[in-house]
Amino acid sequence: MALSDKDRIFTNLYGLHDWRLAGARKRGQWDGTGALIAKGRDWIIEELKNSGLRGRGGAGFPTGLKWSFMPKQASDRPHYLVVNADESEPGTCKDRDILRHDPHTLVEGCLIAGVAMGAHAGYIYVRGEYYNEHLVLQAAIDEAYAAGLLGPNACGGGWDFDLYVHRGAGAYICGEETALIESLEGKKGMPRLKPPFPAAVGLYGCPSTVNNVETIAVVPTILRRGAAWFAGFGRPKNSGTKIFCIQGHVNKPCNVEEEMSIPLRELIEKHAGGVRGGWDNLLAVIPGGSSTPMIPKSVCNDVLMDFDALREHKTGLGTAGVIVMDKSTDLIKAIARLSTFYKHESCGQCTPCREGMGWVKRMMDRMVEGRAEVDEIDILEQVTRQIEGHTICALADGGVWPVQGLIRHFRPMMEERIAAFKAARGTRALPMAAE
Amino acid sequence: MTDFIQPESFAFDDESLKAIDTIVKRYPPGKQASAVIPLLYVVQKQMQRQTGSAWVPNKGMDAVGERLGMPAIRVYEVATFYFMFNMKPIGKYHLQVCGTTPCWLRGSDDVARACRDAGHLSGYGQTSEDGVFTMTEVECLGGCVNAPILQVDDDYYEDMDYDSTVKLLEALRRGERPAPGSVIGRQTSAPVGGPQTLTDVAGE
Repeated sequence: MALSDKDRIFTNLYGLHDWRLAGARKRGQWDGTGALIAKGRDWIIEELKNSGLRGRGGAGFPTGLKWSFMPKQASDRPHYLVVNADESEPGTCKDRDILRHDPHTLVEGCLIAGVAMGAHAGYIYVRGEYYNEHLVLQAAIDEAYAAGLLGPNACGGGWDFDLYVHRGAGAYICGEETALIESLEGKKGMPRLKPPFPAAVGLYGCPSTVNNVETIAVVPTILRRGAAWFAGFGRPKNSGTKIFCIQGHVNKPCNVEEEMSIPLRELIEKHAGGVRGGWDNLLAVIPGGSSTPMIPKSVCNDVLMDFDALREHKTGLGTAGVIVMDKSTDLIKAIARLSTFYKHESCGQCTPCREGMGWVKRMMDRMVEGRAEVDEIDILEQVTRQIEGHTICALADGGVWPVQGLIRHFRPMMEERIAAFKAARGTRALPMAAE
Repeated sequence: MTDFIQPESFAFDDESLKAIDTIVKRYPPGKQASAVIPLLYVVQKQMQRQTGSAWVPNKGMDAVGERLGMPAIRVYEVATFYFMFNMKPIGKYHLQVCGTTPCWLRGSDDVARACRDAGHLSGYGQTSEDGVFTMTEVECLGGCVNAPILQVDDDYYEDMDYDSTVKLLEALRRGERPAPGSVIGRQTSAPVGGPQTLTDVAGE
């Protein structure tokens, strides 16, 4: 059973049609928005809870529940909606398509989210590299203002709402919600300790909620078509449709919106033209963006693409960036390059991450060559366990999980590399912790 | 590293001042520090207009601090924390090669090699002697289904390989600016050969 076009939310994912307001309206966006928001906060949050929507930014936290954490009573502190469009997780390029091709799904979603969380202002934090995309988004917002869909008494629904675009400047860490808030306040993007959580103390010290672009952009359609419609896709607790980014060693890399819980093999073969050289040429897949540990072909054969199924295999759905690697891949090098990424992107605030990511990267670089001792694989594994869970944010966790995945599934490959190095050199390699 | 001279002064021009007025209004009163990143972009763009090289000189950071009522050190901190501010002059075109795993799997090493060959560059962080190209390795650009990607200034060139990179650099050198996007004619993030979904969209 495959998702049909009539059940796709992002009907202009590929930019074939007009992204402007007139085009968006033709495709059903901004339809009856005033009436939806007039139904009020409680109704919106209840619908979202019933829909089973879980955050699309990687962590998969239930969205309705998250929104319900915002204070119900207004105080002298304004509430803020903050949208995370800092899409930087290697393997992820879904929000880019929403920003540039279907921006009105997001703008409309922001208004509804604003009502549900009592916010009269929203900021969309777009990664700096998405320059052309941010221009489209800004133009969509300008159009919405001109049509009375944003601003005072937005959509005639009795709620004032302003929406702004803010560009980042090239820092993966700003995708972490509290680092994003720091950055938006004009500081270095260094994560804050939680608690207090943003819903209590967020942007400018005010109650705030940070949501991913895709999470916000699916909300209007869920409310229009009903929670039951959305909940009808995917397995229980893994509801809905989802944009998948299928890439790497496939014949036709692409983005596609599909039903949650679709089998990985079906996703790759149906939409991405299959693995290069055929399914049997598959070596491993990183299923949900770079932070999620890889799974070998034996798991890929029948695993379902949802939060819970992937979790059973000690990995995750993450952002649904599916990185496919065939048998020609140097897996150790593929993961070492990710270690370089996390070292580069560590904000430097916590010692285990600042020092640990560099250590892991240097160790992985030696593993690529095989210039190591077999025992050092265990040391590497042990060090990743000491880094994991010992930092303010999850960057370090995401940085060591790929290494753990490599060791879990492909340790013999690492041992062979070491043996080959020794055989070529004919001498025992010098033991070095990490240079 | 080539030596370079920090300008002795920096003043926002009319175009920049106009942009700043719009930017500062986005943030609540008293929270104008939020505008620091946008204003650093304003400085970088103005330098590009005035000198042909997009970078942020010290005096430019001072001007941002003054405009926003922030100590200069806070502006320096931000400018050096984020990767997209060039703290020294760069060439006319900024070649930003994504080398992260999704692009690497699809041949980003070839793109980097083509940049070195056709741009007459010895490697990352270098500017060509004629001042036309600067080459930087960047981390994931978020266009992974169109890997490998070469970002030139603000534009993404997608589905690159060695030959298309050489061709692009030659065009840039001639003063042409090829349209950004997929160089193999793909419809954005749709599969090669055209979309297999979204062929029946209500209203279209």
